[in-house]
Amino acid sequence: MTFIETLSMAWEGLKLNKVRSLLTTLGVIIGVASVILMLAVSAGAEATIADQINSLGADLVIVGPMRGSPGASKTFVYEDALAIEENVSHIVGVSAEQFSTQDIKGGDGALEAISILGVTSDFPEVRDYALATGRFFTYEENDRKTKVAVLGHGIAQDLFGGEDSFGREITIGATRLTVVGVMEEKGIVADVDYDGRVYVPITVLFQKFATTQVGSDRIRTAYVKVEGRDEIDGVMAQITSLLAERHGVDPGNPDFSVQTQQDIIATQEATTEAFRDLLAWVAGVSLLVGGIGIMNIMLVSVAQRTREIGLRQALGARPGDVRLQFLLEAVILSLVGGLVGVLGGIGGSHLFGVLGTMRTELVPASIPLAFGASAVVGIFFGYYPATQAARLDPIEALRRE
Amino acid sequence: MTAPAQDIILPDKDLLIETRELKKRHGEGEIAVHALAGVDLGIRRGEFAAIMGPSGSGKSTLMNILGCLDRPTEGAYYLDEENVSELSKNDLADVRNRKIGFVFQSFNLLSQLSALKNVMLPMMYRIEDRLDVFEREERAIAALESVGLGDRLHHRPTELSGGQQQRVAIARALVNDPVLLLADEPTGNLDTQSSYEIMELIHNLHDQGATILMVTHEPDIAAHAERVICLRDGLVVSDGQDGSTACLAQGGVQ
Repeated sequence: MTFIETLSMAWEGLKLNKVRSLLTTLGVIIGVASVILMLAVSAGAEATIADQINSLGADLVIVGPMRGSPGASKTFVYEDALAIEENVSHIVGVSAEQFSTQDIKGGDGALEAISILGVTSDFPEVRDYALATGRFFTYEENDRKTKVAVLGHGIAQDLFGGEDSFGREITIGATRLTVVGVMEEKGIVADVDYDGRVYVPITVLFQKFATTQVGSDRIRTAYVKVEGRDEIDGVMAQITSLLAERHGVDPGNPDFSVQTQQDIIATQEATTEAFRDLLAWVAGVSLLVGGIGIMNIMLVSVAQRTREIGLRQALGARPGDVRLQFLLEAVILSLVGGLVGVLGGIGGSHLFGVLGTMRTELVPASIPLAFGASAVVGIFFGYYPATQAARLDPIEALRRE
Repeated sequence: MTAPAQDIILPDKDLLIETRELKKRHGEGEIAVHALAGVDLGIRRGEFAAIMGPSGSGKSTLMNILGCLDRPTEGAYYLDEENVSELSKNDLADVRNRKIGFVFQSFNLLSQLSALKNVMLPMMYRIEDRLDVFEREERAIAALESVGLGDRLHHRPTELSGGQQQRVAIARALVNDPVLLLADEPTGNLDTQSSYEIMELIHNLHDQGATILMVTHEPDIAAHAERVICLRDGLVVSDGQDGSTACLAQGGVQ
């Protein structure tokens, strides 16, 4: 009995019960599809992190209130950012940031719920983000709370179309500001839509748009650009001691955080890994359940086809022939499941991308991996039923109705 | 290892089947049942013999052992001058494949396969002298033609009458050129007309030189055989050419 002959016989066997065979593969389909989807999602998350690194640069120190520390968000204020700018050496610039959400009007358009980002004049340099037209606001304009605004590329398009917006007026909330520039097109990077924001002097934001507490001058983040990577440690130490002194706290137990881009990436990678581990479990468990389903159906099939097995034995089938036949039935089931699962996984990751719910990057290696896993499942869970079939006593098997 | 000289009794070359003190015991100790209590039997090549006996007489057990589906607990069984009583499962499977053709009461055709595919099945399990697919098909067609089913090659068993199904089964039994045709109640599921046709077919095979061993409980079917072996309580109680009369006299058959 050759392998091909046994294979075609196993196929005939599966055709006896088409619907049952198809339903049996469902578990494997789900398992394989989730393996591919899992890897696509985590590859997507990694790509997002990579984008973040590129968008921020490696020579940034990021200062913010200590998350989870009660009251900390109130203690990190604009004055702190100014103090860093004045006192810390080897830095290129500081961009303090706070944001608010407002409706805006201007030109022929009106937009609702737009992110208004209050920044300082160092923002373009610190964040490595150039202008398309016009200019950014100056240090003096920020200092004097001048009502000027720089538009994200998308906002400029929405409000003024292709027209030059320099010197035009827009209304943010109830405040009128003069447009002085438009940022270059940047798109969505690491889940932030840079083109859909409006940049204003942070002092103006404090005065006009601070939502929770009018007049509040607390900031969310201060990005500090250092002269070179070698200066990062020194700059971090300077900032830590300066802020500890200003806040009157122990530098070992601060109410603020001083991090590098690497620290933040490490945190995000840990989150991504946890997510990937969870998905790996889901995939593993569904493959396991799929395998048990196959084993169950194969046991039923062996029981129902006992007489057939007895006949084959009488005609000269060796125990090994019978085992191979039923093992191949199980493997065909799992491989068909694997194939459909691969298609489902590819489709699913494409769908995620189209729907925009999650960034996915299909990992080519995941396809043979998932397919191989389904083959292993078929062999592993098909072996026991196939052995049961091979062990049947031909006399008993022939007598069975 | 060589056996002591006095134990070596060479099998008789004229005998296709030779059993010596064949015993089969089911279970152990006090609950042990002796299905065969010591059967000495010789079937010559070309002979057509019937095995009769009431249920519980051991005729099924004897049939299973002679068909190499089962092994005796004690004793020796020579088939075609080979001692098959101690072969492994794989070797027994090969003996069944090459030397024995089975015909069952319930036909035992695979319903998902055509008549032709059913007949080709034993050739798939051949280990020695394997045939390619075309040779197999050729031989299967020839076998089906020889039983008068040349025009039913691609019919499924469900599309055939009982008599036709049993003919497919006989073609299947013959396709590997076995030395022995073993028929277990071959007409048990057939009407009178089909039974008659099947027995005629078996007669023809016998006339062509086939060795046939048939289990039956019907005296008129047993009457077709040259010789009737009657079993009772695991022993041969009569063996002769006077049909089923002796067996019936021993206490009837069922």
